[in-house]
Amino acid sequence: MLSNLDPIVLARAQFAFTMSFHIVFPAFSIGLASYLAVLEAIWLWTGREVFLNLFHYWLKIFAIAFGMGVVSGIVMSYQFGTNWSGFADKTGPVIGPLMAYEVLTAFFLEAGFLGVMLFGLDRVGPRLHFVATLMVATGTLISAFWILSANSWMQTPAGYAVNPDGQFVVADWFKVIFNPSFPYRLVHMVLAAYLTTSLVVGAVGAYHLLRDPHLAGPRVMFSMAMWMAALVAPIQILAGDQHGLNTLEHQPAKVMAMEGHYQSHPDGAPLVLFGLPDQAAGRVGYQIAIPKLSSLILKHSLDAPLAGLDTVPRENWPPVPITFWSFRVMVALGFLIFGLGLFSLWTRWRGTLFVSRPLHIFALSMGPAGFIAVLAGWITTETGRQPFTVYGLLRTADAASPLAAPAVGSSLLAFVVVYFTVFAAGAIYILRLMAASPHHGEQGPRGDMPARAAGITPASGVAGQGALP
Amino acid sequence: MMAAVDLATVWAFIIAFAVFVYIVMDGFDLGLGMLFPLFPAKADRDVMMNSVAPVWDGNETWLVLGGGGLMAAFPLAYAVLMPALYTPIIAMLIGLIFRGVAFEFRWRTTAARNRWDIAFAGGSLLATLAQGVALGAILQGVHVEGRNYAGGWWDWLTLFSLLTGIALMIGYCLLGATWLVLKTEGALRDKAYRLSWVLLFAMLAAIAMVSLATPFLSIQYAQRWFAWPNVILVAPVPIAVAAVTALLMRSLAQKQDSRPFFLSLVLFALSYAGLGISMYPYIVPQSITIWQAAAPRNSQIFMLVGFAGLVPLILGYTGWAYWVFRGKVRAGSGYH
Repeated sequence: MLSNLDPIVLARAQFAFTMSFHIVFPAFSIGLASYLAVLEAIWLWTGREVFLNLFHYWLKIFAIAFGMGVVSGIVMSYQFGTNWSGFADKTGPVIGPLMAYEVLTAFFLEAGFLGVMLFGLDRVGPRLHFVATLMVATGTLISAFWILSANSWMQTPAGYAVNPDGQFVVADWFKVIFNPSFPYRLVHMVLAAYLTTSLVVGAVGAYHLLRDPHLAGPRVMFSMAMWMAALVAPIQILAGDQHGLNTLEHQPAKVMAMEGHYQSHPDGAPLVLFGLPDQAAGRVGYQIAIPKLSSLILKHSLDAPLAGLDTVPRENWPPVPITFWSFRVMVALGFLIFGLGLFSLWTRWRGTLFVSRPLHIFALSMGPAGFIAVLAGWITTETGRQPFTVYGLLRTADAASPLAAPAVGSSLLAFVVVYFTVFAAGAIYILRLMAASPHHGEQGPRGDMPARAAGITPASGVAGQGALP
Repeated sequence: MMAAVDLATVWAFIIAFAVFVYIVMDGFDLGLGMLFPLFPAKADRDVMMNSVAPVWDGNETWLVLGGGGLMAAFPLAYAVLMPALYTPIIAMLIGLIFRGVAFEFRWRTTAARNRWDIAFAGGSLLATLAQGVALGAILQGVHVEGRNYAGGWWDWLTLFSLLTGIALMIGYCLLGATWLVLKTEGALRDKAYRLSWVLLFAMLAAIAMVSLATPFLSIQYAQRWFAWPNVILVAPVPIAVAAVTALLMRSLAQKQDSRPFFLSLVLFALSYAGLGISMYPYIVPQSITIWQAAAPRNSQIFMLVGFAGLVPLILGYTGWAYWVFRGKVRAGSGYH
């Protein structure tokens, strides 16, 4: 059955599937690690118990999310070899060291201090424990630095040469690491992680406030999350715009796909809001477009000419429908998040932040929006790079391993089954923790063990919340 | 000065070092997981899992360094070996997923706890078996044409690779049992002592069988160990194995809690050195040497700087984390 399928398509499906699952966890844990560091810092500074309770509450959730991030991440680090050995051989001298540095500077730092962060507060004392939390948070950011540098190099390769074996080799490390799209991608992704986390924290806060607007813990976390959304969403929209201009400069075909511009527009290109891209016909059907607005956004001039995919050889076209739609999903969610931020500022000004049901319902429904936006953004940038693995230089077809379809197909099937079982269970455990409100005397990941052994579920802790300061 | 240094050999040692640290650190975690079915009581399992919970993630990171380092320093070897070991690698990854999530999931459910215990034990077993099979598959060599793996996706499966798979399972179980001797007390520790004896004898049998089978794989291995004058140079390895075994038996007999684990690690180190002696200078036995697979000099130097600067630091704070969680683990509330 599987032998009729194209092994490269299967390998791409496998990478897309395992990567999509994986990216969700770091997107959450980068933001959550920083949030935990902030909570612990405020607790140390003010001594207010509510911050320690919130810290322990989110620490339990972090432990699960981080564990799932680790195990799904190890899969990624081996996928390059198992399914993409052409890529590994040809780009190993460039990409390999960047990933080795990620392991050395980030993964070890996170992993080395994680145990103390999760289980060590009583053993090392609050100050040293705070150092451990800071190290874990720093590690997640350093990790983002290296992996986004590697990814950006695949988008906008620089500082390289090609040796007689056909391998990319490094001519200038600085140019490799700080390649043209890297600063934009790093900022855009880290902000996205912070926004994603703030939406999750905000949704959990809103959920508990909807039931009881007087709960101290949910009030604090909801307020913090809404500040984050209100402040970061506009910055993120600006950063995304700058990232788009950078893409236009270095990967014009990707922007053509995002915009749905099959045709060139010599005197001002329209902004296609919606439409049905038809890759075979090379046109976007049923389109609703605003004339000249795309030229205004991308070139800051209404009549600026914009080239379309008709200037690009057909064999180098990215798959427009996917890129086009995922981009719209991301942008739409970005503006919804911005709207949530504005709404929260307005209620805050009116003094109804903690009692406004419409706001809480809006925030609750936006809980998963960050994850969806992150996934949509990654789909946009990765499919927009096609049909290349290293943009313009290494075609995806030449990057794959010499494997037969049954091998790739069965491993894909195995990953699908395992991921849905394991990560669904993890998601349920996380949601269950979130369903309980942070309470007085909240314990860390192992602290409430004897209580649970006695048959008491975490939800029963809700009864204790009236005692909050 | 750098010109005089053979970077490929330096990196071969570094990768070997990373993989060995991985074996040292994750071996006992995985072994303890495989021993889970022999300890059905929940209290025992809580203690066992808590004895590694604060450190398992760091332990597993060495595997990422081994894989990532291989891609960076010897991209050709990585590109040939990963497709050749396709099935064992995927199996290992899936095993590590189940094992890894069980550390947290197990504490988040009462109803399904047993299921995650099975996932913990099964995942540990699958990952270990896959690692051992992969080792055997590398030793027996893979079919290479040009810069690509050219074999099928079941080539790795032979009697020899199954033997190394089972041998590694036994070895990790010994590490797990002696770790329990080190970290636990009372009936749990006594049981771990009894298991250690059985596993030690099984381990010696496994070492003997793999050592006897390896020279039959290729003439290179046979000459490395038995041709004159190599035989003099390599003779200390089996002699040391005998000496360490004697010390290990004595420490088990005298119930010196802190020793058996470390002596078991020495036994691993000797077996590992033996493997290195067999393979060097090939990184894909019989087809690709470390020099053929090596990344360009500037890639290797760039990483060497980071490695030399950072690994001592990493070992430092990893050691600190172990120190924080030192001592015996007791039931009920983690560490005391």
